[in-house]
Amino acid sequence: MIGEQKYHVSEQVISGAEALVRSLIAEEVNYIFGYPGGAIMPVYDSLYHYTEQLHHILTRHEQGAVHAAQGYARTSGKVGVVMATSGPGATNLITGIADAMIDSTPLVCITGQVPSALLGTDAFQETDVIGISTPVTKWNFQVTKPEEIPEAIAKAFYIARSGRPGPVVIDITKDAQFGELNFQYEKCQGFRSYLPKPTPAPGSIERAADIINQSKKPLLLVGQGVILAEAENELKTLIEKTGIPAAWTIMGLSALETNHPLNVGMLGMHGNYGPNVLTNECDVLIAVGMRFDDRVTGNLNYYAKQAKVIHLEIDPSEIDKNVKADVAVLGDAKASLAELIPLVNANTHPEWLQRFRDCDAIEYEKIINAELNPEKEGLTMAEVIRRINEKTEGDAVIVTDVGQHQMVACRYAHFSKSKSNITSGGLGTMGFALPAAFGAKVGAPDREVIAIIGDGGFQMTLQELGTVFQTQVNIKIVVLNNQFLGMVRQWQQLFFDKRYSATELINPDFVAITKGFGIKAQKVDNRNDLDSAIHEMFDHDGSYFLEVMVEKEDNVFPMVPSGASISDIRLE
Amino acid sequence: MEKLFTISIFTENQVGVLARVAAVFTRRHLNIESITVSESEVEGVSRFTILSKMNVDQVKKVVKQLEKQVEVLKAVYHRDEETVYQEIALYKVPIHSIHNGMPVEEVIRKNQARILSMEKDFIILEKAGYKSEIKQLFDQLKPFGLLEFVCSGRVAVTKPMKPFAEYLKEMELAQVAVGSLQ
Repeated sequence: MIGEQKYHVSEQVISGAEALVRSLIAEEVNYIFGYPGGAIMPVYDSLYHYTEQLHHILTRHEQGAVHAAQGYARTSGKVGVVMATSGPGATNLITGIADAMIDSTPLVCITGQVPSALLGTDAFQETDVIGISTPVTKWNFQVTKPEEIPEAIAKAFYIARSGRPGPVVIDITKDAQFGELNFQYEKCQGFRSYLPKPTPAPGSIERAADIINQSKKPLLLVGQGVILAEAENELKTLIEKTGIPAAWTIMGLSALETNHPLNVGMLGMHGNYGPNVLTNECDVLIAVGMRFDDRVTGNLNYYAKQAKVIHLEIDPSEIDKNVKADVAVLGDAKASLAELIPLVNANTHPEWLQRFRDCDAIEYEKIINAELNPEKEGLTMAEVIRRINEKTEGDAVIVTDVGQHQMVACRYAHFSKSKSNITSGGLGTMGFALPAAFGAKVGAPDREVIAIIGDGGFQMTLQELGTVFQTQVNIKIVVLNNQFLGMVRQWQQLFFDKRYSATELINPDFVAITKGFGIKAQKVDNRNDLDSAIHEMFDHDGSYFLEVMVEKEDNVFPMVPSGASISDIRLE
Repeated sequence: MEKLFTISIFTENQVGVLARVAAVFTRRHLNIESITVSESEVEGVSRFTILSKMNVDQVKKVVKQLEKQVEVLKAVYHRDEETVYQEIALYKVPIHSIHNGMPVEEVIRKNQARILSMEKDFIILEKAGYKSEIKQLFDQLKPFGLLEFVCSGRVAVTKPMKPFAEYLKEMELAQVAVGSLQ
């Protein structure tokens, strides 16, 4: 009887649009990143009455909205919410949705759709959003009746955030927004076709522990799964107990602080020398929440063939996808690591760890020293990152775009806290950083957020300076300008006989543009001015744009050429 | 080495699931030789039967990718010898071929085809069986002037598989376990 009473009290007849807004509030949403348009207008009208609880951030392009929501989700650990209209509004989201899919970022994207009676008629601003988004969403659903809204939203949030997170699209026809329903909201607790957290097969954790206990030269790989499961402490406990060196993918970067003695650096194409070559010498490889991306493994035929592979992973489809696991431990990284810790023996591997130190010394001498402390006239990207490190002491959130500056930032930026490296890892989306940075700041308002962007990527989404201005969000934007699409140019130099086809950029005056958006800006083109400019940037109370002219034709090394073994990593 | 696999997929009966299932194949540049979707023995659960050529390594990954889809309950793969399967075909033959004293009757008898309908101008034959049997009847009817031919995708029941209802029970129990953790 009590339940029945409650039902009557909470039940109200409201419009679908208002039901959507109330559903978002029930899911504890505070921010929406979006852009209005015809087919989503009823929802925007409802939002007008809820501005106290639900803050809508108006971007300058829907792609900006979705990247901002990604940045928000990655620093806050919450679901990013995006709103856009039908047709071009929805199609402009697709790049960001694909990015969120491959980088496992939880998003709920709500798109307006033409009235259900017009579906399939090529109506104004009609596109088949479900069809277009199917391959790049964890789940999608078209709502054509107002009464479907609460359940669809509840399911959307549950699916987006649970298990291996990912983007969800809910496409709502305009008549469903206008129509009325008896509103009642119940959070989704699960449904039969979806098991978000698989449990480890019996004995798999014990087998993993046995292999670890017998290993002489173990290496652990940290993926984003550690950050998504908030398993940073468990990770640290495990490696400290066993003395196992840990290397990271760029999505796993910041899960383990930079100066941890067992942090042996970055994996993959532009990663550190030690963790790459020693992957092919270790006797046991423990992969935690990572998917053996081709940029990490290089040629799979020559990848860790000598090692026993233990794969801790939440997504069963990742097991044996690229690298065969000798032991697969299915489940969330936090739970699996916690179960593993008591079963492993306390150990140290000083000689093995020394091998990494020796490789570091080689890399330092051949590459790192000249990058961080250049003696040549031109500025290097790495020295800019070094100056930023000195200022932030690893406490800042670093948001990067895609290309050379991204690899340099990931290689050299210091991190002392998790959820601090925000980048487009899997999809490699240029234009990601600027919108993701203000989203990251909204998600972590007390943290310093620094966007590091190349001159190419900056011009893909620079209209979002308008959003930075309008919201008065405080982010630091550093453009490392080499007047080239640097990574493509590097490949042209190394693999296409220096035929620099369509990679040179004749750039506009970025400082003038940024000032035009009401943001304080400065340009530096020599080493003597760099320190004071960086100080000024951090001292300024508000957003700041710093353009640093760097050497035009610098390359990022080390490098594993595409298709080569990680053992063949090039130092020059 | 590429082999023909029968992939059985149990899904919720919802709009868009077919596109998600197909996308798993499209993405990997795999062709679907035949596809049949029907209700399964469990109400509200659809059963897809898909035939596709690939190697064992690929089919294992495809099945996991299929199960990863939120609305897919279970996906399994089998080789021909592990299933009992058949297809069904309809043949439209002109009536004059019978009246002309041609041996259509013999063809029908030998192939154990059924006459479904007889109209003024044509008869409709039905043949269920293996693809080879359907092809054989097709070849034999061709000389009589086959007016129309249509064949279904394969339907297959697997010999060694655990009944789907048991999987479903396990999945529902796992849900309860998840729920109790929250």
